[in-house]
Amino acid sequence: MTFPTLNLPVISPQIVLVVAALVILIADLVIVQKRILGWISLVAALGALATVFTYRPASPAFQNMALADGLGLFTTAAVLIAAALALLLSVERVADFTRHAGAYYALILLATAGMTALTIASDFMTIFVAIEILSLALYVLSGFNRRDARSSEAALKYFLLGAFASGFLLYGIALIYGATGTTNLAAIAQGIAPLSVSLPFAPLLPLGVGLLLVGLGFKVALVPFHMWTPDVYQGAPTPVTAFMSVGTKTASFAALIRVLAALGSHDRPWLLALAGLAVLTMTLGNLAALRQTSLKRMLAYSSIAHAGYIVTGLAAGNPRGAEGALYYLLAYTFMNLGAFAVLLAVQRREENDVSVERLHGLAARQPVLAVLMALFMFSLAGIPPLAGFFAKLYVFSGAVEAGLAWLAIVGVINSAIGAYYYLRVTVAMFMSEPAADAAEAPKPGWPVMATIAIAALATLLLGIWQFPWMQSIIQAVSTLALR
Amino acid sequence: MFEYAWLMLAFPALGTLIIALFGTRLGKRVVGVLAPAMVALSFGVAVWLFVTLLGLPAEERSHEVTLWQWMATGSFKVDVALLIDQLSITMALVVTGVGFLIHVYSVGYMHDDARFPRFFAFLNFFILMMLTLVLANNYLLLYVGWEGVGLASYLLIGFWFEKPSAADAGKKAFLVNRIGDFGLALAIMFIWTGLGSLQFTQVFSRAPEVWGAGNATVKIVTMLLLLAATGKSAQLPLYVWLPDAMEGPTPVSALIHAATMVTAGVYMTARSAVLFGLAPTSAMWVAVIGAVTALYAASIALTQVDLKRILAYSTISQLGYMFLAVGVGAYASGIFHLATHAFFKALLFLAAGSVMHGLHGELDIRKMGNLRAKMPTTYWTFLVGAAALAGIPLLSGFFSKDEILWYAWQKSPVLWLIGLTTAALTAIYSFRAVFVPFWGQERDKKLHHHAHESPKAMTVPLVILAIGAALAGYIGLPRLSLIEHWLEPVFHGSETAAAVAGSAEAAATAAHSPIEWVLLGVSALVALGGAYLAYRAYVVNTDWPKRVRESLGWFARLVENKYYVDEAYTAIIVQPLKDIAGWFARTVDQRGIDGAVNGVASVTGWVGAQARKLQTGLVGLYALSILFGAVALLAWLVVR
Repeated sequence: MTFPTLNLPVISPQIVLVVAALVILIADLVIVQKRILGWISLVAALGALATVFTYRPASPAFQNMALADGLGLFTTAAVLIAAALALLLSVERVADFTRHAGAYYALILLATAGMTALTIASDFMTIFVAIEILSLALYVLSGFNRRDARSSEAALKYFLLGAFASGFLLYGIALIYGATGTTNLAAIAQGIAPLSVSLPFAPLLPLGVGLLLVGLGFKVALVPFHMWTPDVYQGAPTPVTAFMSVGTKTASFAALIRVLAALGSHDRPWLLALAGLAVLTMTLGNLAALRQTSLKRMLAYSSIAHAGYIVTGLAAGNPRGAEGALYYLLAYTFMNLGAFAVLLAVQRREENDVSVERLHGLAARQPVLAVLMALFMFSLAGIPPLAGFFAKLYVFSGAVEAGLAWLAIVGVINSAIGAYYYLRVTVAMFMSEPAADAAEAPKPGWPVMATIAIAALATLLLGIWQFPWMQSIIQAVSTLALR
Repeated sequence: MFEYAWLMLAFPALGTLIIALFGTRLGKRVVGVLAPAMVALSFGVAVWLFVTLLGLPAEERSHEVTLWQWMATGSFKVDVALLIDQLSITMALVVTGVGFLIHVYSVGYMHDDARFPRFFAFLNFFILMMLTLVLANNYLLLYVGWEGVGLASYLLIGFWFEKPSAADAGKKAFLVNRIGDFGLALAIMFIWTGLGSLQFTQVFSRAPEVWGAGNATVKIVTMLLLLAATGKSAQLPLYVWLPDAMEGPTPVSALIHAATMVTAGVYMTARSAVLFGLAPTSAMWVAVIGAVTALYAASIALTQVDLKRILAYSTISQLGYMFLAVGVGAYASGIFHLATHAFFKALLFLAAGSVMHGLHGELDIRKMGNLRAKMPTTYWTFLVGAAALAGIPLLSGFFSKDEILWYAWQKSPVLWLIGLTTAALTAIYSFRAVFVPFWGQERDKKLHHHAHESPKAMTVPLVILAIGAALAGYIGLPRLSLIEHWLEPVFHGSETAAAVAGSAEAAATAAHSPIEWVLLGVSALVALGGAYLAYRAYVVNTDWPKRVRESLGWFARLVENKYYVDEAYTAIIVQPLKDIAGWFARTVDQRGIDGAVNGVASVTGWVGAQARKLQTGLVGLYALSILFGAVALLAWLVVR
């Protein structure tokens, strides 16, 4: 009997993260200065990121259960960057909403471990387990603000609905297993490509994929599986929202891209279903965002709309669409995290949300903050040469190339609508007098400002000098079996 | 030599950065020197490149300068690169030249403004973006500039945001422009997927081969480009933002109306000449929209009483001429008119600003009168500008407008007639804007008493611009056609494309014939006649306009109210969108948490109670949404 090769280096980021989480939990008992725990967790996230750049094992691990290919490495890096920025953001303000800082940092690291596991999962079993790991950690994190009733409710809602959606996911996996006889993506890819329609249980496959879309669609907040999003984003502590809004999306979309690529290259009815979901998602997300006064809620609907744009790239079903989606995820990581970071910077200690009125006259009080927020808003609105513009350009041209010009048109109209509510934020900051009771938020310390600055720099750089980034994205997509 | 072209962009970029970061610390004096100096340096580089180009044979006058590799996917790549050729350098000269004078003028005009440095940071940024737009060697970089000038105009129009009207006007400009941008973005995607490149030279060499004449894609692309151009260049139906844009400080209006922003659409259409050559129908649409807009806006300009608003509608009307020109394939004439218009329109706006300065912000021409006594320099320069606008013979507007009419005549006498009618209206409203405020009796004694001439920083640019407005036309004298020969190689490709399209006669260089002289005479008579009519109506027999107005009845009211287009847009688009958004905010966004929280005083210990409440309430609804979604999705996948 030969012992199966584990190829442990593949999961080195996860090992680093989990070990660090355990260390923090123990250290929490002895260290009084909780800030140190934050730095430890940040070092862990950066260490995990370093392993991504040093080890590049492209061979499968754990008997094809995990595969750190170009797609896996790219999205793992994106998630780890998001985690590192979120941790940097947390260090300063975590004491505002909890006394259990140790548990908080440990949970962030565990959620990150789950997300990164999802990005390299190449078997439905690992996909499911990874989703559960990240979800369980996020359920708890959403409810971490014990002072805000909304936070506890958010956690509860997220948990109940998440469990519900997991059921769909699992059922979908079961049906796909029934149709193909395996849970392994590589095996499915080999099995489906030549057979397709003549499989014995042919109808099971689209049904399974449909249920899978429900499960993953819930995670990335596609309409009509999105309704938890505004409540949870608003209720969760702001650094948690910042992290989950980008990390979960990146990881879940990575899994979705991998699954769709494995599911064969012809007769893909789910692509049109994805196109339909994209239209619903971006339109409803944008329209609902128009009138929000809570900025966290507005950004929640905006994140729904952005999920719609990203799905556009997936619905294209071609390499350019997938490249666009990956670029989008990285761009979105920086611009959205940056926007939430600004919200945290203007949030008072006892607050867990910021209204538009609070931004009135921000340009006069904190010009740097206002300019950077404007940068994030313009990028989210898709104004060149910022990253958000190219993200949209890539996914929409993927759709045009796939013959889905109508989808691109809907997308472009939507981004025109979206520009309105992002502009509203800018108007509030630059062209409105501050409200009379504008009590000052604590002056943001350097970690918050550093997070914002890094995010802003990346948002700009991704746009004006995208050659290096696109190289790794193209490499990532080329290994997938997309037409 | 050409590798230094990036300096044109670097100077205003540097200016923007320095003033934005250290403006308040540097003080007004330094900023007031630095900002114009940066544009002047940029202008210097443009002149230098222009002279270099002049020294080269015609076929070697196109140079591409790559700054850095921007994006690349597979075989497709786009660089941040500049294209220096006759067209782009002409545009750059206009932008930086007129832009510089406007900067100088602004130093005087904005002197007492608290946000003086910020204004100049925006102004330099505006120039930077406009230069990016005209110097780009590909559609993507052009789009960066395209959106950039939109952003800059938003910032500058809404500069005095304490005035709600200014803030609204800024927002309106930005959002209406976004509709046009939508066209350009889509066009870029179609060009990319169709031709595999966005670089101008490659696009224009591949398009005739890949798409050929009359191809459906090229029709779509050109119509989308036209949509984009109508947004940026304020043509029907997207012109609505421009009249409101005068809420910004007057130098900004001058910049938007003359040198930057609105000319972008004309430039982009001219640049895409090859594509329009492949799609004659789209080109015809350009001409028709241009002609109709010209007439439409001129009729509104005739009825307005706000001096800047008259000028705003006149800009829309003149841009219509430029569209007419590029639509009938007379690209060089379109750019020629763009250049002469830049001079006289900048002049008119700055002179109007001078009037406003002297009258403490008053712009209603009905309250002015006999200002020539108090503000001689402003009067004389305004007169030159208005005469050029009206197309009075031997001034710049006469030559450029006449050329457009000549080409329109060759394409279709109907277009020519519309153009000629517009010319008559133009002459009338231009001289109305001269006679009513500057001649006759002072109507408001107090206002008139305080009126004074503006400082040197403002009047010197006026004089320079007046000289330009008077003489700029001589680069395009009929038969000599210096500018036409200069620009012709750029549009050479479009003739080949048009030849492919089977309409060679449309774009072929027009044969000069005796008819041209006849038409020239007709336009001269129309312009002089219009001016005389204005003299009769507004100086000699001042109750005549009132009688005309009464006899026209409802039509006069329709025109005075700008055909109720703004109201129609509000009713048809803005209000419904607001209602939908409101409906979504109330109904779709359940705000579930708020309701649930009210019932619970303290959270800790009540989680169980909340869970029950939630399970019976909203969570159930949310789950139902997931379930319905799932059922619909599966049903579709199975039935399909």
